[in-house]
Amino acid sequence: MSGKIVPTFTLAFTLNGGPVRVETSPGRRVLDLLREDLGLTAAKEGCGSGECGACAILVDGAAKLSCLMLAVQLEGREVVTAEGLGTAENPHPIQAAFVENGAVQCGYCTPGMTIATAEFLAHTPDPDRGQVREAISGNLCRCTGYVKIVDAVLAAAKAAPGESS
Amino acid sequence: MSRNARCPGSLDELWPLLEEGVTIMAGGTDLLVRRRGQVPAPVACLERIESLRGVRVHEGFISLGACETHASLLRHALVRERLPVLAGALQVLGSPLIRNMGTIGGNIVSASPAGDTLAPLYALDAQLELVSKWGARRVPLAGFIHGPGRTGLKPGEVLAAVLVPPPEPSALQHFEKVGRRKALAIAVVSLAAVILTDGEGVVLDARLALGSVGPTVARCPKAEALLAGRRLDREALLAVGEAMRSEIAPIDDLRASAAYRREVAGNLLLRLAS
Repeated sequence: MSGKIVPTFTLAFTLNGGPVRVETSPGRRVLDLLREDLGLTAAKEGCGSGECGACAILVDGAAKLSCLMLAVQLEGREVVTAEGLGTAENPHPIQAAFVENGAVQCGYCTPGMTIATAEFLAHTPDPDRGQVREAISGNLCRCTGYVKIVDAVLAAAKAAPGESS
Repeated sequence: MSRNARCPGSLDELWPLLEEGVTIMAGGTDLLVRRRGQVPAPVACLERIESLRGVRVHEGFISLGACETHASLLRHALVRERLPVLAGALQVLGSPLIRNMGTIGGNIVSASPAGDTLAPLYALDAQLELVSKWGARRVPLAGFIHGPGRTGLKPGEVLAAVLVPPPEPSALQHFEKVGRRKALAIAVVSLAAVILTDGEGVVLDARLALGSVGPTVARCPKAEALLAGRRLDREALLAVGEAMRSEIAPIDDLRASAAYRREVAGNLLLRLAS
């Protein structure tokens, strides 16, 4: 949208549990809205075309790719980014499990991985290894080889049985 | 100046936008990838139009709302139990994230020869319900798709629903996709089969569709006729597979050679061996 004057509108939605109102272009990429306008940089741009999952966010509980969404789609929705799962002081059980299991190396994929995991464990509280591998199959990691990420998701499932985030 | 993106809440709100010439966006997983780096043209998102959603039995068809996501269809008992050939394709389409966004209507109107839902829908003899401010029309899916990215959708029209005549509960339904990897793979070849046999295992009716082997998904009428009256044994399937290879027009591309596609297309039939 850069370099062009486009009409804006007031977008209202729920972000990480609190109400947000922001003036933006309805066609702005949600990823840019979150990172550049709202200062939430957990969601990352990896491929920008839906193949890496680094930009994943929860929209009404479903993990979606913020690089392929437009601002207008968020009107009235409940959005959770990795910042909304937990904080360094008070991490979500999924985030704690990623740390404890050595599932974080460079960390670029981690926010998207934890978001995909949050939706998955909400529907599948007691998964097996194969189900976990499928659940994170839209999230690329170039460091870990995935073994420790799968370990972390299984550990998170055990740590918070039946919890839906 | 009008907004560059809108989410109309009803078809009545959509019609004037179509008259302005906006681009229709369903899940966005194809459109927004293709538009990367381009000057944005105005789009209308269909996701809030309730009448484009829902899965129900209607006039003997299983009606799938065009804006149902792949994930929501996969969760639906009618799809899982009555249309396992389609469920099999949905299960391996894109990734969980893509399946939460992409829609069956978008997969059809994108009209990629590798669109994962298309081979099953061709094998199921699906029809499409197209609506516009002037009314509705119903067309067979096979006649609607003209080539890669080209369809019979007219200006002012939108795909409302996919109408699938449910196969006999006893019919064999099978889907397999061959890709370069398991997730986020664009099919190298895919096979969808819907086969009705009698109590003795003799084929009464076979419907075979192949994806990624030509400009559109291909039904294989010669192979289907050849399979009728035979059992699903290795000898029959080898002969019918050879017939299938003669009915397709694959190309070389970055994913596979035409020769490999032709070989695999016939071999995929051997999975049906009983």
